Amino acid sequence: MDDRDKTMAVRERTRDESFVESEQVILEGIDISGQWNRMYEPREITDYDLTYMDKLTDIPGAESMGWCYQCAQCIPACPVDTAGGDYGPRKIYRRLQTGTDIFQHQDMWLCTSCMNCLRVCPKEVDMIKIMPAARAVAVLEGQVPSELQEMFQSVAEYGNPMGQSARRRTRWTRGVEVDVRILPKDPAPVEVLWFVGDYYAYHGRGNDAAQAMARVFDHLGVDFGILGADERCDGDSQRLAGEPGLFEELAQHNIEQFGKYEYDKLVVSGPHAYNAVKTEYPKLNGGGEFPVEHYTQFLSQRLEALQPRLTKPFARKVTFHDPCYLGRHNGEYEAPRQLLMAVPELDLIEMFRCKQQGYCCGGGGGGMWLDGLAADHQVERLSENRVKEAVFVGAEVLAVCCPYEVSRFEDAVKSTGNDGKLEVLDIIEILDQCME
Amino acid sequence: MNIIVLMKRVPDLVEDLEVDDTGKALDSEYLKLTLNEFDDHALEEALLIKESGGGEVTVVALDDEGVDKMLFTALAKGADRALKITGAGEVDGNLQLARMFAQVIGEQPHDLILTGVQAADDRDGQLAPTVAALLEMPCVEVVNGVTPGEGRLTLHKEYAGGVLAEFEVDLPAILGIQAARQTPRYAPVSKVRQVQEATTLETVADTSGAAPSEFEVVVMTPPETGEGAQMLTGVEELLEILETKGVIG
Amino acid sequence: MSQDVLVVAEHLQGSLNDSTFEMLGMGKSLAGQLGGSCSVVLIGGDDAMVGQLGAADGVVRVDGEGLVDFNPESHAAALEAVVSAKSPRVVMIGYTSMGMDLASGLAVRAGMAHAASCIAVEGGERIRATSQIYGGKMNVTTDLGSGPCVVSVLAGAGPADVGRAEGTPTQENIAPPPTAGRIRFKGLVEPEAGDVDITTQEVLVAVGRGIGNKDDIEVAEELAEALGGTVAASRPLIDAGWLPKTRQVGKSGLKVTPKVYLALGISGAPEHLEGMKGASTIIAVNTDKHAPIFGVAHYGLVEDLFDVCEELTEKIEERQG
Repeated sequence: MDDRDKTMAVRERTRDESFVESEQVILEGIDISGQWNRMYEPREITDYDLTYMDKLTDIPGAESMGWCYQCAQCIPACPVDTAGGDYGPRKIYRRLQTGTDIFQHQDMWLCTSCMNCLRVCPKEVDMIKIMPAARAVAVLEGQVPSELQEMFQSVAEYGNPMGQSARRRTRWTRGVEVDVRILPKDPAPVEVLWFVGDYYAYHGRGNDAAQAMARVFDHLGVDFGILGADERCDGDSQRLAGEPGLFEELAQHNIEQFGKYEYDKLVVSGPHAYNAVKTEYPKLNGGGEFPVEHYTQFLSQRLEALQPRLTKPFARKVTFHDPCYLGRHNGEYEAPRQLLMAVPELDLIEMFRCKQQGYCCGGGGGGMWLDGLAADHQVERLSENRVKEAVFVGAEVLAVCCPYEVSRFEDAVKSTGNDGKLEVLDIIEILDQCME
Repeated sequence: MNIIVLMKRVPDLVEDLEVDDTGKALDSEYLKLTLNEFDDHALEEALLIKESGGGEVTVVALDDEGVDKMLFTALAKGADRALKITGAGEVDGNLQLARMFAQVIGEQPHDLILTGVQAADDRDGQLAPTVAALLEMPCVEVVNGVTPGEGRLTLHKEYAGGVLAEFEVDLPAILGIQAARQTPRYAPVSKVRQVQEATTLETVADTSGAAPSEFEVVVMTPPETGEGAQMLTGVEELLEILETKGVIG
Repeated sequence: MSQDVLVVAEHLQGSLNDSTFEMLGMGKSLAGQLGGSCSVVLIGGDDAMVGQLGAADGVVRVDGEGLVDFNPESHAAALEAVVSAKSPRVVMIGYTSMGMDLASGLAVRAGMAHAASCIAVEGGERIRATSQIYGGKMNVTTDLGSGPCVVSVLAGAGPADVGRAEGTPTQENIAPPPTAGRIRFKGLVEPEAGDVDITTQEVLVAVGRGIGNKDDIEVAEELAEALGGTVAASRPLIDAGWLPKTRQVGKSGLKVTPKVYLALGISGAPEHLEGMKGASTIIAVNTDKHAPIFGVAHYGLVEDLFDVCEELTEKIEERQG
């Protein structure tokens, strides 16, 4: 089984709703009850008040927290702990056991849902299920960090976390000499429906990547269109941060927009949108799946056409940061690398924590809007830790393919004193730079 | 204590505002309405008063295309009742709105009426003192900080420069809220949806007979930016300016 | 009804505010257009104040125990008594905290037309008033008709020096009417001292909603430090508790006249402009090129404030370092 399959297998098992536990199981005449990896009650050395533990594990989706048997495999895997955050599922479990009300505690909000803990957990304590479920309860109880609340409010009111007008989604198209088709104005069938995303639309550095994407598509003769002002935030981070209702509203809106057009492929700029459209949107769409690809997947399938057009050399040492939601969550590690390796004279070097072991940038699970909280409880930002690694392995360029990452890493480059030593670029920007 | 909160929606200033073809009103094509932020503060203050001393909070708003969500959100935040005023026809101006609200208030139990200190579309005055004059009730504007008592309350009114004036006011009274004691709380979308599914909004027909403002708009234009700012192209130019002003060496 | 203009003076802690003089200047000009006189209504106050109102054709005073300090109830009743006695064509009231307690109520009770937040008033057979609304993004002119009207005037709508003149205008006294006493003044509360006094700073780095969240104010603080100045803010940030009240610039905050006012992510609503229009050099940074602040600023930069702050701070530190 290759890496991708192993990752997908873990995800599939934990997604399988029909996974049932029994106290006694006799299989083919053999009693396999009470197996070594299953304990039904937490082992207690002394008596603990499990009120807070029970409150958490009683929430549908959060049961697996109760399965932890304190082996601590998750702690070195947890990016927040590595950044001095004193965190990880085992620690949360212990704090709950000793009387911490997680609903009033920073432990509820520090997790970036990177999934590195689930990857190594023998008991499959699933933070990816626990966090959104628990946070939804916390939000309903009015326990939300104010930074996050503001973001929810902006997204609820304006459909994007920046709180900007929907009309401004297409502003970036003025800065590129490519005719970008706005589907609501020109609804004829199209090859690619490109879901641009909030950061590409509204953030300065995102605009750079969006414009690069338009040029690359144009060079390759890709017939593409965008939703323009009809697009809304994909909602995945909002779902993970405790607003499933908001996620549903956004998802339903986007699904309705997709339904208006005929297209072959739905290409997304970011891994969070990829995760949303691939895994979550079908649940709201009566099971109907979408032909969604991350842009790196879409382009890596067109290497034959792309490679000859990459004529300008990029003679730099480049390292690639695996985004959690494309890599660990969805098993795609190769497509971005194939693109980078197609660039002439690009020297691709790996960081130690790469592929399945990739170290999180800190933006997922609501982390983009919780840096204030993180600053109070961590020694450094996850993005700072990662930037130091990139510099350590000798990289001159940190290549990314998640829109959250460019701004996070650029900030981190400055705050770690590496300004001028490490450039952060979206892969699409590198491709664009190397095309004539 | 029966608290009524008057809420209205105003053009969202996040959007670019344009004048329509008549030259007298805002272009409605891209116009987005949003809850007047001061009314949100008024609601928050009402909820805080209720939470500390008991009472019932009723929000009242005029029926229009997007008002239902606003009212469900208020209920999700903790308001007890939401009333929608229907059948009003064309609405132009706070005086007309105040007449409609005054009519409804008169028919509901009320000890305290709260609304935002002002709104972005206040062409013909502020809502709070207008309603107060119609109902002959005491009114204080620019309130931040309310302490309810028996049949009366104490409040702080803001003046410029951070100076506050303390007043004691007999109830029933109307206050124009500048800022609640804390940032208005957030109502999660799931909760609003829950409320939406479980509730039908109460409606009350407008019987005030209030008419749109007789004082018509002659013209609406964006302000002249005059010479306006000299636009710079980058931080380097900004640095030069700071240098010439002697701010940096 | 006469063709006279009545300007309502406003004062706090013994001083008449700038708005009073601005309105007096505008009022005289308006009275000229109408062919009437321009008087000032002084409720409470003292003789020294009367002496400052030399530009007025007359001063109508209402004095009494309940009028020493501003009280929405007694001052509104006093004003109505004056309006009833003098029957003016136009009553000008400042668009201020005190003004809001007077203007709308007067208009309703006395059956007068009313326009709020005005930057200009024109007289003639019909009065036309121009209001600046929608956060300063639109000017709307209303026809207030040929009857009496109340106009509430934005601070800074006219130059204050026109209305300033020492003198001994004729005085008239009107007895304060009795009131039900449902609003009782208890005292003034001074703002907490101890923090920086932004009115004495030469350089202010002011932040608005564009800053996004409390923790990002740090970026502005670093820049302020590099410039030898202090951080100030517009009202929404103060209301949210991100900075103390002593840092608030604007109508309900402080008026500042620094050498350099750097407005970051501030859109420029009239209430804010009121507080900083007088700065010698105003530099505005905003991603919205239509932001009203660019109408008042001397220099503008349409860029992300974080990028500008970081780059600026860096370059200044380089020069100093």
